[in-house]
Amino acid sequence: MVWAILSIKVENKPGILFKVTHLFRSRNFNIDSISVGVTEDKKYSRMTITTIGDEKQITQIVKQLDKMIDTIEVRRLDVNNSVYRELVMFKIKVNKPEDSMEINKLASAYSAKIHDAKKESIIVEMTATPHQISAFEELAKKFGLKEMARTGITALEREEHEH
Amino acid sequence: MIGATALMKSLEKEGVKEVFGLPGGANLPMYDELGKSNIRHILVRHEQSAAHMADGFGRVSRKPGVCFATSGPGATNLLTGIATAQADSAPMVAVTGQVPVAMIGKDAFQESDIIGMANPALKYSYQPRTPEEIPTMVKQGFYIAETGRPGPVLLDIPKDVQQNEGKFTFPDEVRVPGYHPWADPDITNTARAVELLLSAQKPIILAGGGVIISSAFAELQSIAELLMIPVVTTFKGKGAFPENHPLSLGPIGMHGHAEANKLMTEADCVLAIGTRFSDRSVGTFAEFEKNLKIIHMDVDPAEIGKNQTTSVAVVGDVRASLRIFGKMLMDKAVRTSDDNPWLKHVKEVKQYWRENLKIHPGEMGAAKILRKLRELLPNESIVTTEVGQHQMWASLFFDAIHPGTFFSSTGLGTMGWGFPAAIGAKTARPDVPVVDIAGDGSFNMTENSLATAVLEDLPVIVFLINNYSLGMVAQWQRTFYDRRMVGVDLKKCPDYVKLAESYGAQGLRAQSMDELDSAIKTALKSDVATVIDIPIDPEEDVLPFVAPGTGLKDMILPS
Repeated sequence: MVWAILSIKVENKPGILFKVTHLFRSRNFNIDSISVGVTEDKKYSRMTITTIGDEKQITQIVKQLDKMIDTIEVRRLDVNNSVYRELVMFKIKVNKPEDSMEINKLASAYSAKIHDAKKESIIVEMTATPHQISAFEELAKKFGLKEMARTGITALEREEHEH
Repeated sequence: MIGATALMKSLEKEGVKEVFGLPGGANLPMYDELGKSNIRHILVRHEQSAAHMADGFGRVSRKPGVCFATSGPGATNLLTGIATAQADSAPMVAVTGQVPVAMIGKDAFQESDIIGMANPALKYSYQPRTPEEIPTMVKQGFYIAETGRPGPVLLDIPKDVQQNEGKFTFPDEVRVPGYHPWADPDITNTARAVELLLSAQKPIILAGGGVIISSAFAELQSIAELLMIPVVTTFKGKGAFPENHPLSLGPIGMHGHAEANKLMTEADCVLAIGTRFSDRSVGTFAEFEKNLKIIHMDVDPAEIGKNQTTSVAVVGDVRASLRIFGKMLMDKAVRTSDDNPWLKHVKEVKQYWRENLKIHPGEMGAAKILRKLRELLPNESIVTTEVGQHQMWASLFFDAIHPGTFFSSTGLGTMGWGFPAAIGAKTARPDVPVVDIAGDGSFNMTENSLATAVLEDLPVIVFLINNYSLGMVAQWQRTFYDRRMVGVDLKKCPDYVKLAESYGAQGLRAQSMDELDSAIKTALKSDVATVIDIPIDPEEDVLPFVAPGTGLKDMILPS
């Protein structure tokens, strides 16, 4: 099984997100994460979908997405040659006054930002790879994780090397 | 001009001469304009039949058939027909009425989110929010429905959009940025395909429905004859290659011909053309591709590698691909003699099974009645089938000789498809006899289309192989459930002769071969729709049979 990042340029029209997700459901594929937003050209949106499957399944997903009339371009990004990040918010419990300091230290170690520091909880925001987010999540669990919200991955492939 | 007028004008510009449908509250403006247009309306008694008629029309004419339904239940009744067309890649444009824009999402009377419901069964869909959008959507919809791998397109038009005035422009050309229906066949891959096929010791050609859709009959036949390679088909590909041809082995699959299944499993290389390798055709995927090199030609890139691992793939319209393939063979000046050991073996196996396959001993056994039909029916006649035992008997015992004259619901397996599809086919080809080879269980589902056949003067013939049961299910219960028969006995109800007569159609019953002979002749001469009720032994099984989850080599033969 491999983890793949699919970058899908679609027409910026209503109902297309529904069709794309419906395709995953009806073809028995799995969506690991999804994020959607408009591109540099307002006529188009970009969906970034991460999925897990064997090579044959992922090839099929790309072909089925490509076949959709609303998709303009479907690319499987090279994971090793792409910048991919996810934004996440953690609401972490503050059990005792020292926790605040600890959470602050942890956040700065991960270049995360502190928001809404209250007596009972602190909201931490970070933009990172899924791997870093999981690592932070494990550490945050020590204090108690009240809530977590993730955006799903968004990604762009790096340009070819210049010679 | 209002939206409904723009719709009719757009349909006329697309060359539409007839629509199949049923009016209701939300499509009244369309019907009002339909009445004023030159388009013929063929009234159905249930919207499912309208979709099947459009489907039958589309498969025969290779132009999208058009069906109309109102919102809510009218639209949902189309669903089975839309899904059937999608499964068999049939061109169709379905036009539904929808509640007014301001009422959408308010759970209005007869509101259903038909685009949401039908989405996975559609090639594409449109819901105009202003009347001005209609002409472009119609133009694009027809283009999408009939090009590349054909399929159903839905146009869901809110009632106020039908009624509102607008300034209309009718486009002469369409551009759909994300749609690339035909790739040019890759020359390198085609050359590799030629090399691979020529290097095979035991080559075979597998022709699928794509050969019929792209009218690649002549190209296929010339390659088969040049290389002297035997041809099997999928069930959907039945009629892609003349079944009376010496190289024809007939369909493979769950109820394929014994010789076709046997030789398919012996082949070392297959040229598979326009097929998606359905489980009903190939059995288990892993078993099928064992020791077999697959050359796959298909218009749909997503079919390459979906079910089978291919050695060489050529993506593109199969007719274009076969032309290039054929030209490459000509340039190589390939000559194949017909005394090679594989071909000799093929001939022996074919002859053996043609002479030795055991058939039902009764006078009215399925093989005998279908061979009688073939004998009396002109070769250019169009045949549709329902779904069930009769369908598989038709596959086994009724030879499709003229190209593209045999149509069936092969993918979705929709009972009730054959009769309305035959009416649609007759609309497209009034000059030839059209016969629905039917079973009683299936015919029951859409038999009220008799009203349409009679009143619209579309005299099709229903060849009703009547075993008073849901015969295929009964066969599986006999075979896999130790004869525990549940829900399959239809108890001689209704009387199909009386039923036909009650609609003003002709009802004939044939209980002997002589009666059958005269009934078929009478039906062929008749100018009214005819049901020939042919009672048969309800215990007759369809054999050979490849049980689900097994390979073609595990075929069960008649004992």
